[in-house]
Amino acid sequence: MATHIPAGYKWWTGGKSPYNLSYGKLMMWIFLMSDTFTFAALLISYGTIRVSSNYWPDPNYVFNTFPFMGDANLPLAFVSLMTFILIMSSVTMVLAVHEGHKMNRRGVEKWLLWTILGGLMFLGCQAWEWTHLITHVHPVLIDGQIKEIGATISQNHFGAAVPGLMHEGHQVHLPGPVGFGNFFFGITGFHGFHVTTGVLLNVLMYFWVRNGRFDRLGHYEMVEKAGLYWHFVDLVWVFVFLCFYLI
Amino acid sequence: MSNEAAIHPGVISHGFQEHQEAHHHHESFITKYIFSQDHKMIAKQYLITGMVWAFIGGLMSVLFRIQLGYPEATLPWLEDIFGHWAKGGKISPEFYYALVTMHGTILIFFVLTAGLSGTFANFLIPFQVGARDMASPFMNMLSYWFFVLSSIIMLSSLFIQTGPAAGGWTVYPPLSALGDASIGSKTGMDLWLISMALFVVSQLLAGLNYVSTILNMRTKGMTMTRLPLTVWGLFFTAILGLLSFPVLLSGFILLLFDRHLGTSFYLSDIVIAGKILPNEGGSSILYQHLFWFLGHPEVYIIILPTMGIVSEIMSINSRKPIFGYTAMVASLFAIAVLSFLVWAHHMFVTGMNPFLGSVFVLLTLLIAVPSSIKVFNWLTTLWRGNIRFTVGMLFSIGFVSNFISGGLTGIWVGNSTIDIHVHDTYFNIAHFHIVMGVSAFMGMFAGVYHWFPKMYGRYMNNTMGYIHFWVTLVCAYVIFWPMHYEGLAGMPRRYYDYSTWESFKQFVELNRVISFAAFVSFMAQILFLFNFFYSIFKGRKVTTKNPWGATTLEWTTPIRPGHGNWPGEIPEVHRWPYDYGKDGVDFISQTEPVSKNESGGH
Repeated sequence: MATHIPAGYKWWTGGKSPYNLSYGKLMMWIFLMSDTFTFAALLISYGTIRVSSNYWPDPNYVFNTFPFMGDANLPLAFVSLMTFILIMSSVTMVLAVHEGHKMNRRGVEKWLLWTILGGLMFLGCQAWEWTHLITHVHPVLIDGQIKEIGATISQNHFGAAVPGLMHEGHQVHLPGPVGFGNFFFGITGFHGFHVTTGVLLNVLMYFWVRNGRFDRLGHYEMVEKAGLYWHFVDLVWVFVFLCFYLI
Repeated sequence: MSNEAAIHPGVISHGFQEHQEAHHHHESFITKYIFSQDHKMIAKQYLITGMVWAFIGGLMSVLFRIQLGYPEATLPWLEDIFGHWAKGGKISPEFYYALVTMHGTILIFFVLTAGLSGTFANFLIPFQVGARDMASPFMNMLSYWFFVLSSIIMLSSLFIQTGPAAGGWTVYPPLSALGDASIGSKTGMDLWLISMALFVVSQLLAGLNYVSTILNMRTKGMTMTRLPLTVWGLFFTAILGLLSFPVLLSGFILLLFDRHLGTSFYLSDIVIAGKILPNEGGSSILYQHLFWFLGHPEVYIIILPTMGIVSEIMSINSRKPIFGYTAMVASLFAIAVLSFLVWAHHMFVTGMNPFLGSVFVLLTLLIAVPSSIKVFNWLTTLWRGNIRFTVGMLFSIGFVSNFISGGLTGIWVGNSTIDIHVHDTYFNIAHFHIVMGVSAFMGMFAGVYHWFPKMYGRYMNNTMGYIHFWVTLVCAYVIFWPMHYEGLAGMPRRYYDYSTWESFKQFVELNRVISFAAFVSFMAQILFLFNFFYSIFKGRKVTTKNPWGATTLEWTTPIRPGHGNWPGEIPEVHRWPYDYGKDGVDFISQTEPVSKNESGGH
């Protein structure tokens, strides 16, 4: 190495930082903007395919089940619970970051654990919802034959009802639009992947907090950056919720 | 390395010590040359990886020009090398499609995106904004290694039994979505998509670094309006990449699902080999929208860095301030914004609503305004300058020449009424090769010749440089100029053999001339490669810090700067970077304080 930097050298001599942000937080913001475009592309694609289809399933009918409630018709109840859990996990994340500002390690640990728990509960709910959709079979009229199928990424039973045609006491439907399963599993899966990444990131933060890394560094900014990501994942869910469940 | 000090004064000491340790331990061969976190080394790694790719991509064009120029010829050595891909010494149609597809993919993404931005953004941004390194040197290294990983996967697709992707570089479905559609739609297509997904990750990591370094790591006094135009160009490039590549990634994810999970995002009502596929409701046009939402900004990702490089080199070698600095920045900004609003001009022939088409025509033609502002500013920078015809300067002038020639036909193809006739003909090939292929290469060569002394402490050989320039310039025009006429005569692109068409038989000899020029041009690029590697070891040594008499900060560092760039304090900046010939002084470095007697202005 040709040069030696004298000890105690001041790295940043540029005066006031332009956004009064560290480069790390700036990078996280820009990354989130970039990721916004990824999700926007997927949701806009979903929109174009949906509006160009003749028929689209009614979410009040598709998402009307609740664990342990059998066939009770509870439209959107379960997804509301999921959304509530995810939003609460954002609240606990805010509290973790807040404790970080106060340099209170115990507090950060506690609220990070709650956030991780919220994330895992959300993922668990999503796993139940997917499993229910995939394994719960319904009679569908395909090529003149009645078949019992679940809703997967490539086929589903959410088409229009065939008037007067019953199968073992259940109304027979036509196959639903293929695009429904495509986009539902594709986009909620991609979002779930983001939640998983977020949970892993929070677990990493938890261990770093525990071994005192941020106390030694003198600030909890890393937790704040993980928090930004977590809130973003939460915000994206609001749009996914809007586009798939409410509209 | 961070600005933590400014934000959390008093708490930085520990982080700083960590950094010191990183600097003080002995650098081994591996940490210095392979897993380096020094922006200068990463830039050289990008450049040399890009050169390897450029050689492969260029060689592919030589191979398919053999087919196009000499469709009757049988060359036994082709069969010796490529086996069943060139049975009987003739390139097979499948091989031909694979060659044109990979030629486009490699040159657009691996050379002119990663190779160009990767080299000059890494090399110039920390130097010219006055920083010791990128904001996150580790992420910077990661970005390069993701690029290598992506490269290895793409390269491996060349060697599998069914060959690489062969549906054109845009990989439109349904051809790319159905493995049964052609042999180039099988495993090669999967490897292509995986490689490109990793490429997007690499670009993301790189772009985050570029933007945050430019915004947050500038030295004292380096306001945004004192940034050299190179940095401005690279700044907008990074923003374009950050906002357009994720959309491409979404498109690729959906395409991978269509290939392997039985979805119908892009597929509907398809019969293949007599079998009716169950897919319905999808739209192959949807893919085109997602692709070109990246695809159009992508051409500016390629050209904006070279615009910055050329502005800088032209000003230095005209010994004059750049004409219209603010207009240059404003037009870069205008181009960056407009580039997101014009993508559908690649899709005029998809049956688009003509009214919608006319909106995209208007937005497309608007780009001519900032582009012409830039051209006029380059010409007026040259005007009455004290021009030094260095090799870098010649390539910069060559860039402007090609940018004008190719830009003018852009007005033609930007009009849907004309585009519908010349779309998918050689006219289009001529247009985009001149305006973004040759131009971008000219700009890139200009940058390499100009900053080579900073990279390696030696000069490249001038004589070989001049030969390289003139042969490249002449061949570029001989190759692409006649293609305009072929295209206007209706000669479609991507066809394997034109001699079987009565209407195109008249072009047999012209095609031969084009092919011949392509071979000569390829030889000139080999001369460049030789010059480059020869000069690293044997070139004339640089003896002064500032050989070109330039004002920017990179020339205030030692001739062979170490990691950290400046041995002492980072210099403070007092003026804009284009004080050439001011008050009769040849040039005034950015680090020079403004004296009382100086005339006004910058």
